[in-house]
Amino acid sequence: MSLLELKQVGYQVGDTPILQDINLTIDQGEWVTLTGPSGGGKSTLVRIMASLLSRTSGELSFAGRSIDDYDPIAYRRRVSYSFQQPTLFGATVRNNLQFPYQIRQLPFDQQRAVTALKYVGLTAADLDKAVVDLSGGQRQRVALLRNVMIYPEVLILDEVTAGLDADNKAFVWSMIRHFNVDDGITIVAITHDQAEIDAAKRLVTLADGRLVGGAQ
Amino acid sequence: MNLAVNNQSLILALGLVMIALAIGWHEKLGIDRDMIIGVVRAVVQLFVVGYLLKYVFRVNSIWLTATLILIIIFNASYNAKQRSQGIPRALPISLGAILISTGVTLGVLMLAGAIKFIPSQMVPISGMIASNSMVAIGLCYRNLNAEFKQERQAVLEKLALGADLKDASRDIVRASIKTGMQPTIDSAKTMGIVSLPGMMSGLIFAGVDPVRAIKYQIMVVFMLMSATSIGSVLACYWAYREFYNERKQLVGPSN
Repeated sequence: MSLLELKQVGYQVGDTPILQDINLTIDQGEWVTLTGPSGGGKSTLVRIMASLLSRTSGELSFAGRSIDDYDPIAYRRRVSYSFQQPTLFGATVRNNLQFPYQIRQLPFDQQRAVTALKYVGLTAADLDKAVVDLSGGQRQRVALLRNVMIYPEVLILDEVTAGLDADNKAFVWSMIRHFNVDDGITIVAITHDQAEIDAAKRLVTLADGRLVGGAQ
Repeated sequence: MNLAVNNQSLILALGLVMIALAIGWHEKLGIDRDMIIGVVRAVVQLFVVGYLLKYVFRVNSIWLTATLILIIIFNASYNAKQRSQGIPRALPISLGAILISTGVTLGVLMLAGAIKFIPSQMVPISGMIASNSMVAIGLCYRNLNAEFKQERQAVLEKLALGADLKDASRDIVRASIKTGMQPTIDSAKTMGIVSLPGMMSGLIFAGVDPVRAIKYQIMVVFMLMSATSIGSVLACYWAYREFYNERKQLVGPSN
């Protein structure tokens, strides 16, 4: 079943087209790897999918309904977006893992947070660790956990492993694989990493604002 | 009354402006023109307002007093809007915030019996409240613009996690309210030990017993705290939404 469907999606700033005629269907539980040269419009495309930007033409639907019919806040809780160089909020790891609960006015599930931290190679004591004391790889892991503390249906990853060393990259990709395979989260991941491109289940290539391969 | 500022004294005091002009010219600060315009405007505006107040006090009409207060509030709002660096709807936001902060503060002062609805009290007190509210709101706008620019990434990440606009902007709004109120708090802390503030100095100058003068000054401290806090809170909570579009996407600041 198609979860995200883009029909003739375009985006332009003034008279300058950034994206043109994007037709793409992403099924539930799928893992789509998005690649292409820098400046080709990949980040713009995923930001449109995440409702952080609005397309200027075409149609974008989620679970069979136009994205315009959803409240943007409710939509973003279902289609979560993770940034390349994440900003961690507040002073501690706890502040970050609490955030998804706070914004939904739900009680913080500390047990789940501890289990999740252990899963990503951190400990229960790290819950109160200062974010300034985390390494780059740990920051990225905590940021990703923040996205999935309350499961989204789609997880969009904007070059989340760029700048990480090989070990951290492998760790983060194993986390994402777990979200996809075990938790059934649909993944849309931008990458420039050749190993990640080679391992892609479905590769979509974007160049000069147009899809040049992998669209369905 | 032992005030002795006559026209001759004023002309002699103009020498002080010459000192400032000489410094500006010598240091090539390029502010000579601004300084001259500032001095000329201040003299003209104060003379006009002096004669206007003399007329308003003599007529002693409720409607004329209320009109003058509304003009003060509108002017303060317009000036606050000018400091908004393009925040949409800054004029109605400023107008609402200054109107409410001035109205509430004046209302409480009147209910407490500290002032009466007579032009000689209402007009200057309204001016003090509105101008402080204006400065506070101007600072809030500047801080909102700076923080939304600096914290753009954090705001985007909060939105991407499904935060509503209030949650995504909370830290920025709090910091901006604090910035708006800070000068009033700082000035209250140093009052009497660094400066003898305006109203108190004026009363002492006019021969009032300093112990009586401080009571008026304490009232001023209270009213300015109230005015700047109400003005800052309202302006920040109304203005932060202008940084987003109808699809709850971050669009500002515009420059």
